[in-house]
Amino acid sequence: MKILWELYISWFKMGLFTFGGGYAMLPMIQKEVIEKHHWATEDEVMDYFAIGQCTPGVIAVNTATFVGYYQKGVIGGIVSTLGVISPSLIIIMLIAALISNFMEIEWVAHALKGINVAVCMLLIKAIASLWQKNIKNIASFVIFGVSLVLSLFSGLSTVLLVVIAGILGVVFSKAGLLKHD
Amino acid sequence: MIELLLTMAFEFFKTGLFAVGGGLATIPFLNEMAERYGWFTTETLSTMIAVSESTPGPMGINMATYVGYNLAGVIGSLVTTLSIVTPSIIVICIIAKYLKKFKELTIVEEIFSGLKPAVIAFIVAAVLDLFLSTLFNLDLPFGLGTFNFISIALLAILLMVSYRFKDIHPIFFIVAAAILGVIFKL
Repeated sequence: MKILWELYISWFKMGLFTFGGGYAMLPMIQKEVIEKHHWATEDEVMDYFAIGQCTPGVIAVNTATFVGYYQKGVIGGIVSTLGVISPSLIIIMLIAALISNFMEIEWVAHALKGINVAVCMLLIKAIASLWQKNIKNIASFVIFGVSLVLSLFSGLSTVLLVVIAGILGVVFSKAGLLKHD
Repeated sequence: MIELLLTMAFEFFKTGLFAVGGGLATIPFLNEMAERYGWFTTETLSTMIAVSESTPGPMGINMATYVGYNLAGVIGSLVTTLSIVTPSIIVICIIAKYLKKFKELTIVEEIFSGLKPAVIAFIVAAVLDLFLSTLFNLDLPFGLGTFNFISIALLAILLMVSYRFKDIHPIFFIVAAAILGVIFKL
């Protein structure tokens, strides 16, 4: 029971303080899931993200389900997902019910601009940490570059991009260019 | 009422099942609902998108809750939100069950070693807009005015604090930056 409560509270926190979509949750996941509770390693979280790219649904929910499932099976997956969506339910209902001009409130706009700066800072650190651990040779840099250019400019579906990266991974590994442990 | 709730559950389950690649992928599905059922206008939809982007939580979930509430109050938002996450929970639990076994295969390991650099690229691509709109004023012609100096200065300060005190929780920075944003009217 205790683990379910911890999963719920932890994912509730992550849902409550994530601004700007699923990937912006990365710094929170690093802190809560990886460092604090040791529910997954950074490598595993990246696998979840990769799978989340080509499976249906919201990335944050997919990641929460993965982490919860490995702690406490299906019920752990459900509880983690309920945790990550609870803040949205509460906040959006309050706004929809009480505040018709949410977007026009001046201090909200200022607070959001400040929050965006903090999110940028946290993401810079999170991405730098992933970069250090995963971009260690030319082959991984090439996969990064190809994926970035394609996702910014090609308009290909994310599923296709994952397939391309997977194929490159196999080819480079066979050629001995991508060492993995 | 029951009929409406069932239709909503069906439509959002469908969205959860077929919208691949995150929250933004749900928007075409919402557009289709707007046309098909007249549940909301494209104008309300754009307000809902803006609010969903500016409130905490995954955007797809915020959208589902918002639409559900507008259609049928608290019950409505519970129905839409639970419906949109159900396919994910089912699909991911099945994958999670077999993932560990699959990962023992060399070829799967090789695939995932290619996916890691790609995931970093997806993250960078996803957050690039946020960086550009936060740190630069892109509507100006390129020049010194293009930089949003106050935001860049705040970013530098936050970075220094975070490297000096490594154990600070991300929540602290988000709350502190929100307060600074209000004080300095960012």
